[in-house]
Amino acid sequence: MTTQPLETPIATPRPPQQKSRFSFGRAGLWLFVGVACFLSLVPFYLMFVWSSLPSSQIFAVPPHLWFGDALVGNFQKMMTATDNFALRQFWNSLYIAGLSTVTTLFFCSLAGFAFAMYDFKGKQYLFGFILITMLIPPLVMDIPSFLVMNNFLHWIGTPRTLWVPGMANAFGIFLMRQYIVSALPKSLIEAARLDGASEFGIFMKVVVPLIRPILATLGIVTFVGSWNNFKGALIMRLSEDSTMTLPLSLRKITGGATNVNADWGATLMMVVLTVIPLLIIFLFASRQVISGLTSGAVKD
Amino acid sequence: MQERVPLPTSRPRRRWSYDRFQQRAAPYMFVSPFFILFLIFGLFPLGFSLFLAFHLWNPLDGLGNWQYVGWDNFKLALGAPDQFWVSLKITVWIGLLSGVPQHLIALPLAFVINQSLRRWQSGISTILFLPYITNAVAITIVFGMLYSENLGLLNYALSVVGLGPVRWLAQPDLVPVSVAVVVFWRYVGWNVILYLSGLQAISEDVYEAATVDGASKVQKFFYITLPLLKPMMFYAFTLTIVGNMQLFEEPFIMVGQAGGSGGAALTSAMHIFNVAFRDLDMGYGSAMAWLLFLAIFVLSMINNYLFSRGGGRQ
Repeated sequence: MTTQPLETPIATPRPPQQKSRFSFGRAGLWLFVGVACFLSLVPFYLMFVWSSLPSSQIFAVPPHLWFGDALVGNFQKMMTATDNFALRQFWNSLYIAGLSTVTTLFFCSLAGFAFAMYDFKGKQYLFGFILITMLIPPLVMDIPSFLVMNNFLHWIGTPRTLWVPGMANAFGIFLMRQYIVSALPKSLIEAARLDGASEFGIFMKVVVPLIRPILATLGIVTFVGSWNNFKGALIMRLSEDSTMTLPLSLRKITGGATNVNADWGATLMMVVLTVIPLLIIFLFASRQVISGLTSGAVKD
Repeated sequence: MQERVPLPTSRPRRRWSYDRFQQRAAPYMFVSPFFILFLIFGLFPLGFSLFLAFHLWNPLDGLGNWQYVGWDNFKLALGAPDQFWVSLKITVWIGLLSGVPQHLIALPLAFVINQSLRRWQSGISTILFLPYITNAVAITIVFGMLYSENLGLLNYALSVVGLGPVRWLAQPDLVPVSVAVVVFWRYVGWNVILYLSGLQAISEDVYEAATVDGASKVQKFFYITLPLLKPMMFYAFTLTIVGNMQLFEEPFIMVGQAGGSGGAALTSAMHIFNVAFRDLDMGYGSAMAWLLFLAIFVLSMINNYLFSRGGGRQ
């Protein structure tokens, strides 16, 4: 490489990294990041490969690291292993996560809208109270929520136990309020009011269409959280074959990860069934979710 | 004060009108679902659990059939050789094993991505974020297979190099490490994302000014990046502490409800779960849950203290 002396008196400033020349430093960076990405993806790759191998080959020595042709066979074995309830359990998870998402979006955006756009007595205190409730660790709630469901409401074993308590939650209200404050002008609400819209009408017809991006973020976060909820389903005893959610069913057919006698082809098929919806959702909306989730964290 | 004479043009006081009423009442209506739900599923249960912490009760005996035991539940948990102490130590140990490397890797990773690989940032973030959204049960099963003693990929790789099989999930001093690896794997990307967004909030002007003043790359990192990233680091540390202290699913799936051989990975959350939902001793379970809450609170306060002491101005 030759370093040329400046010939032209006015050197145009180059944007940084215009030339990506090879250097050991740069190769090191790529190696570091590359290894991190590789390690992030390996378990996913393995679960897909394994789910396509017959059980006898999953633990073969030397290991098979490429796809096999036992996908259909493993699916059938999964159905047998779950007494044909696997798809029902997929539906149960979908049902709970779906209801949870729809209700959370509705109640949280409604409350967030109220805190962002109205002035009312006690607003500061009410909002402060909501923020404080975020400090309660979920763990402290496990026992008492079971007791409320079991001894007071008699809801144990029903899907309600999982989606009702979280419908209006502090995190969602906070996220919604922050977004609405920064994204919607108050004059918009007043204009709609002059046009004779009711307050709830304003929310449904004016606010909801304008806050779609943050609805998508909260929606996906809620869906994923509910879909992955294992402890809640365990505590609330969704333990019948017909009421079980996928994570519980997964644990049941393996009998724990150390069980050598588990049918691994069937297990891996169910692992894939559990993970695929998350991957699909996330690959479509990862940027939206990541930026939405961290936007609240940057300030202060 | 002089008598107020209504001006002839002013309208008489408005009567009750539906429009005005619904405008006034709307915000209260809109925020009420949270408070109603919190009353039923939050405040009442919290109080109930505090009440239970001082009682002996099996929920099958029905409401009212509890026996007041004072501080006995707490004394039992804090008694020196009790399982609660053991589980707390295990929890903190796994928390450190997974939490410390998480931040030691995530921070430089975020720095490198932000500094040199910006063009690829959104793709890399997506990949690193995937473990975070994945189902804990599903992924723990996959890791369990990797760890499998005779047939797992990990031991196969060791055997190729000529090393004997390692009992990842059976040897008591290795089990916490094996669990910590899964926790590390799941959350390192989340921390990268947090740090990335923190780094991007730092204005370029500050770096330019430092360049003009002749600061080196290393100096810029230690005197600009780190101090300005402190609020985000505090936030990320807090999340890690609060999350790791409540660790449940990974060890529960990986080594079973009892915490594996010798209970080597029996975290406090698992112990509380077993006492409350397997042995149905709700009073003791509640007392331990509150003690764990206290432990989380104290650790968060220590974290808070360290951060406020180290930086002064932030």
